This record gives sequence, C-alpha cells and structure tokens, in this order.
Amino acid sequence: MTQIVPTDRPPDRPAQLLDDFTPSLMATGTHQLCPGCGEPVAVRALTEAIEALELTRRTMCVIGIGCYTAFSSAVDIEMLQALHGRAPSLATGLKRVRPEGIVFTLQGDGDMVNEGLQEVIHAAARGERVTCVLLNNGVFGETGGHMTATTVIGQRTKNTLEGRDPAAHGYPILLSDIIAGIQGSAFVGRGSVNSAGEVARLGRMFRRAFELQAAGAGFTFVEVLTMCPTGWFVEVQEGPDYLKDHLSPVHTIGVLKDVGHAVGA
Amino acid sequence: MEGAEAIAEAMVAAGCRFFAGYPMTPFTEVLEGMARLLPAVGGVCINAESELEAVGMAWGAAAGGVRAATGSVGQGLSLMQESLSEACNAQVPLVVLNMARGQGDYFQATRGGGHGDYRHIVLAPADITEAIRTVQLAFHLADEWRNPVTVLGDYYLAHVQEAVDPGPIDFGELPPKDWALDGASSGSGAAKVVSPLRGDGPAGSYGDHLARMGERVKAMERSVEPLVESGHTDGAELVVVAYGTPGRYVRYVVSRMRAAGVPVGFVRPINLWPFPYEAVARAAEGAAPWPCTSSTPGRCSTTCGSRCAACPCRSSVASATTAPGSASPPTSASRR
Amino acid sequence: MSPVVSRGTVVIDVEACKGCDLCVDACRPGVLVMTEHERNARGYRYPQLLPGCTACRACAQICPDFVFQVWKYDEPVVSG
Repeated sequence: MTQIVPTDRPPDRPAQLLDDFTPSLMATGTHQLCPGCGEPVAVRALTEAIEALELTRRTMCVIGIGCYTAFSSAVDIEMLQALHGRAPSLATGLKRVRPEGIVFTLQGDGDMVNEGLQEVIHAAARGERVTCVLLNNGVFGETGGHMTATTVIGQRTKNTLEGRDPAAHGYPILLSDIIAGIQGSAFVGRGSVNSAGEVARLGRMFRRAFELQAAGAGFTFVEVLTMCPTGWFVEVQEGPDYLKDHLSPVHTIGVLKDVGHAVGA
Repeated sequence: MEGAEAIAEAMVAAGCRFFAGYPMTPFTEVLEGMARLLPAVGGVCINAESELEAVGMAWGAAAGGVRAATGSVGQGLSLMQESLSEACNAQVPLVVLNMARGQGDYFQATRGGGHGDYRHIVLAPADITEAIRTVQLAFHLADEWRNPVTVLGDYYLAHVQEAVDPGPIDFGELPPKDWALDGASSGSGAAKVVSPLRGDGPAGSYGDHLARMGERVKAMERSVEPLVESGHTDGAELVVVAYGTPGRYVRYVVSRMRAAGVPVGFVRPINLWPFPYEAVARAAEGAAPWPCTSSTPGRCSTTCGSRCAACPCRSSVASATTAPGSASPPTSASRR
Repeated sequence: MSPVVSRGTVVIDVEACKGCDLCVDACRPGVLVMTEHERNARGYRYPQLLPGCTACRACAQICPDFVFQVWKYDEPVVSG
C-alpha cells in the first residue's frame, strides 16, 4: 500500500520554498470562479511576469466585463474598470498621460472580440504602447454560455444548441492572427492554460509582451485559451482535453509576431 | 478669433492636457484647435476612430489624473451615452463639449441620454467671451465634484468671430487627485481602483455605491452656484427666458423694445443643470409668464413648468410654441 | 517495492480546493491522487501526495485556486 505523504504542514527537514500558495499580487482577495476555470491560472501567469520584470510599482490594469471582473478586487494592481468592449480606448488614454506606466487590458472574448472588436484593432493600428490581454474561452461565460465571435465550429452553446454551424452562425474570428497582420503590433502571442507546460510557455509570452511595452516597441497582444467547463457544458475534468481537442486546433498556439526589438541587457 | 478656436485656447488655458474627438460639424474645428495646441504644451490630442473611443480615451486620461475633455455634436454624444452615464458613477472628472446642431439637445444634456439616473453639470454660454469662462469653470467644477460637466454650445458659437482674450482664470483651490492612477500603489496591498461599480474604498455593495452617487447628485443641486444673467426686469410685464446663443438675440431685442417703451425683460440661465430656479423666479417676479425660447422652443419651459409651482412661467408652459426671437406676447397671458 | 526518491514536497490547502483535478494531470511524476471518499468542508474531493515529488511546481502553476505550497528538499529523501 503506497503511503500518503503528509501535506498539512511545511516539511521538517531542510527545504527551500518555491511557491507559496497564492501569488503575492493575487493575495488581496479571493475569486469565486468555477472549479476548473482557466482564468485564474492565466492571471497568475500574467502577474508573475509583471513581478519577474520588476514592473509592479508602475503597472495599471484596465479591466473589462466578464467573469474575470472579479479580479478587480482580487488582484493587487491598480484597476481602471471599463465598460464591455471599451478597455482598449481607456487604456489608450491612460497610457498616453502616464507613458512611464505599464498598462494592460484584461478582457474576455465576448468583451474584446464581440463588443469591442473595433477598439482593439484601432489600438493595434495606432501602435498604442499597451498590452491587450484576451482571455478566450469561446463563450460568454458570465451570462451563461452563449456564442461569441470566437466560438468554434461544432461548439455547443445556448444559441448554437446543435453546435456552431457556418451556414447559420458564420465562422470564428481568430483575433491574434488579425492583430499580427496589423503593422502597429509588436508582439502577438497565443497561449493556453490547459497544461503546466502551456502555462510555462504562456508566462514567457507575457514576459516578452511586457518587456516590449516597457521598451516602447508598440502594441503587444497576448491571447490565452482558457478552460470554461461550465460554459462548455462538460465535466470539470474534461476541460483541458476539450480545449486541446476543440479550441487549440482553430486558435493555434504560438508566438505569431515578435518584432525582435532589442531590449535591455 | 473664431469661437471654436477660442474654446480650444480656453481649454488649454484651464490646464486640459488630453483631448480626443471624432470630426463632426460644427465640433470639428475645436478638435483641430486642440490638435494644434496640445502637443506644444506637452499634452495629447487624439483623432479617435469613433465617438465611443473618444470618450473612452478621455475617461482613461482623466483616470490618470489629467484634465481631459472630449466632445461632439448631439448625435455623437448619443453614441457616447453609456460611457457618459457610467463616468458619473466612476467619479471621473470630464469636460464634454456639445457643439449642438439645429435639432437642440436640451433634454440629452440636462436629463441625460443614458442609463442610471445620472446628471452632468450643464453650462450654456451665450457668446465667445462667456464660453472662455464657462469652459474653464467646467474643468474646475468637474474636478471639484468628480463628475462630468457638459458645455452646451452650437454652430453659431463655434463659427462666429470675436475679439477675445482666452487667458487662464483661477476659480480657487482644489484638493489633490490622490484617487488617480499611476501604478504606484500596485503591490502595496491596497492598489487603487477607479470603477463605476464601486467607490474608491474597499469593495462594498453596489447598492450602497449607487445611493452615495444619488446623494452626490442632490449635493450638486444644492451647492453648484446658480449662474444667471437678467436685464430690464424691473417693471417688466413680460420676461423672456432663453439660454445659449439665442440669449444674445433676446438680450438685444429686449433692450431695443425697452428703448421703445415696451415693458419687457429677459432672464438667461447659464447653468442648465442644476437649473437656477430661484434666480429665474426672482427675475421674473411680478411679470407675466412667457414661454421659454431657445433654439428649440418650449424645451427649457418643461424644466420650469414641471418643477416650480411659484414660478410665473408655469402657467404658459402649455402654449410654448412661439418661434425664437418673436416679440409678440402670448394671447393667454395672465398675471400671477 | 523499489525505493522512491522525493526531491520535494507540497503543502496542500485542502479547504481551498474545488476538486477540479487539474493538478493530477499536470503532475509530471504522477504522484498526486484525488481522494475517493474524503471531502473538504465545501464538499469537494481534494488531492493527496504520494512519494516521488520532484518539486517541479506544475501543480502550483496549473491550480486555479492556489492550493499548493511547493518545497524543494535540500537533500532528496528516499522512501519505500
């Protein structure tokens, strides 16, 4: 019988602490998001990147409307609450008057790709020195699981009960690919949080995006595919595989653009 | 200089360092003026791709602690309504210019075209000299109350030329903007938040926040200084009420009629919200009621008529169909 | 049983767990198992640790509820 190792207290023998429960920038509140939600994992990777680059004391977040709005009171970063879809314009104004700050938006796919598609595209075209972050789960999570502009073909939602059908519902928008094609964008990466390896890769994308913002290289963009078992109407444990099998093949993971701007030593 | 240019100069003189707008006649020249003036003083002017983005950018800039403004005409302000509503609950100081077109935007400005039972402070200058002052006052009031202030102008104001001096006017001390964002409180355990969903303090109930914002509306109603111009009201049997640029015509016509012996006077509210009820009633005391005139006859009269039982204007609200500038008294005139 | 080397260990905040199982799949040496019958106060199953942790931190990185504290031993521990 394999013995269970006690895990209720720190080890007695000499050891180094590598991770201490809640990351420090997320310790000011608790979120009440669903079991298996990928958004806290993404936000953790983002905040750890900010801290690793020592940018915390000049970082501001412009947060959209969705499940992730909960982070406005659970993340220890200055927050500017925007309306649905409007974060990129607020981020533009804020960054222009606080150019030494690091400004990022945090928006879901319903927010950024449905309501606010115009705003993010124009911000990219203008080369605004902000980082727009897209938490993409292919549904309107907060309102209960409806189709967004990124919902993939075959995905069942409350308004595509038989699965998204191109004839009736059109095709998903692959926003990272569009942003990569806009001249003003300096970095475009699409990552995911369905495995620890992908989370580590995502962390590198966030670091690169913020590094480039700090260097004034232009508009940076990070899209994160996140699990939403509730919005996908699957078991919590099936979330990561659902993402891998249905979202990743369409919204492909990887760095789509990096202007290779030389940043500090 | 032309009105639009003078307004731009006045904004810069007031310390406005961020402006965003979308071209629309007759607002466009203000945007052009700001595009020319702001870079020279280290400010930013953005030709936004839509009115929605213009108001968003101004909101973001204001949240960063800078005096920020946007504007349009009534139709463009219609597009901005969600943001103009929520900016009140977010307690973001913003100056909003409406260089109104012919249709008149009194209700939009004073009743709010958006959701949430909010109010903007509304100022309506009659000429360029006054516009220079009211624009600067708007920034002061916006900062004082942490609420958007709308300056209601029009095509005439934008395009008339007058000799004016758009120098800075000091309206007094204001508290520092320690609520504004710059990133410095991130990681401190108490990072600042600017949000329409809650106040600056710890996250409490949305209902509590809305109640506080409602109280702030009442406080503005009580405390914003009423601004009114009146003339020839002594012994007047009729008093004409008008706001904005038509007020200039009314002022002129009334003085000519007085010179010809007609017992007529005028009162011109400069604040449209909070509406200076007592000042208007005092100016009109003893006179016959007269339907309010403006570029859209009768609109302003719904403010008086629906609210102030003692106001002499009230009884003629129903017949408020006289064209602006007309000098003939209503046939149903009656004394108080 | 052959000896198992543990290079690290974890502390698990059982009450914070929402039973999503992400850590079990993420764990590279495969030493996390969810309880079968035990539940935390909120009614969720939670992870338990077997010998063989490598302190790779994958569990901490993937957990949406920040359940894990990860320790790396100065000296690996052999058990079994």
